[in-house]
Amino acid sequence: MTADLAAVALGLAAGVVSGLLGVGGGTLFVPTLLALGLSQRSAEATSLLAILPTVAVGAWRQHRYGNVGWHSALVLGVTSIGGVVGGVFVAEALPEVTLRRLFAVLLFVVAAQIALRAWRNPS
Amino acid sequence: MRLVVIGLAAGFFSALFGVGGGIVIVPLLVLTAAWEERRAMATSLAAIGVTALAGTLFYAYYGRVHPGSAALVGLPATVGAVVGTWLQQRLRRRELSLLFAALLVAIAVKLLVP
Repeated sequence: MTADLAAVALGLAAGVVSGLLGVGGGTLFVPTLLALGLSQRSAEATSLLAILPTVAVGAWRQHRYGNVGWHSALVLGVTSIGGVVGGVFVAEALPEVTLRRLFAVLLFVVAAQIALRAWRNPS
Repeated sequence: MRLVVIGLAAGFFSALFGVGGGIVIVPLLVLTAAWEERRAMATSLAAIGVTALAGTLFYAYYGRVHPGSAALVGLPATVGAVVGTWLQQRLRRRELSLLFAALLVAIAVKLLVP
């Protein structure tokens, strides 16, 4: 029960961050799901489902502002399915520990990217 | 052609790490195709919808998806994202970005040192 409430609070916080910065929601979902007791693989799989409602609402809002390039989005989305097949295959083949370490490396890269962007655009 | 390569890379990293793929798409569109950042973000959001759905379905085949847990964090996040977008005009993003980057580093260290 307490863990569930904490997960709700962290989910809310992840949403605020992604709305504010435009990135980063999923990077917080995975650690939150790990804290709920899911394995690294299950946390990643479940995170993909968890980001769907946020992404759908975000894409709809951006569409209304006229910011979405739909043709490019369609090409990116459809071709990404090929990459997804490869990604799931690799994730299923790697040991849990390796997958967790790789995820930690990803967090460093995302942190650096966000910090760099903040540095360049001080608005 | 460039979009095909970006899409493939985004799908791979998204599925491997359980994240959106915007972290791949947005910088690549901005850096290699000279897209404006706002348009790149909006377009990546629409593309990620397809990516995340495909990832969910493929992982579900292996029995990895926990719908209850996904709802527990995913639904509040939708509310949070609306609040975050509203706050965007009212807060200093630079400090927040650096704070968030520091948080990610802390989580990464915790994952590496159990």
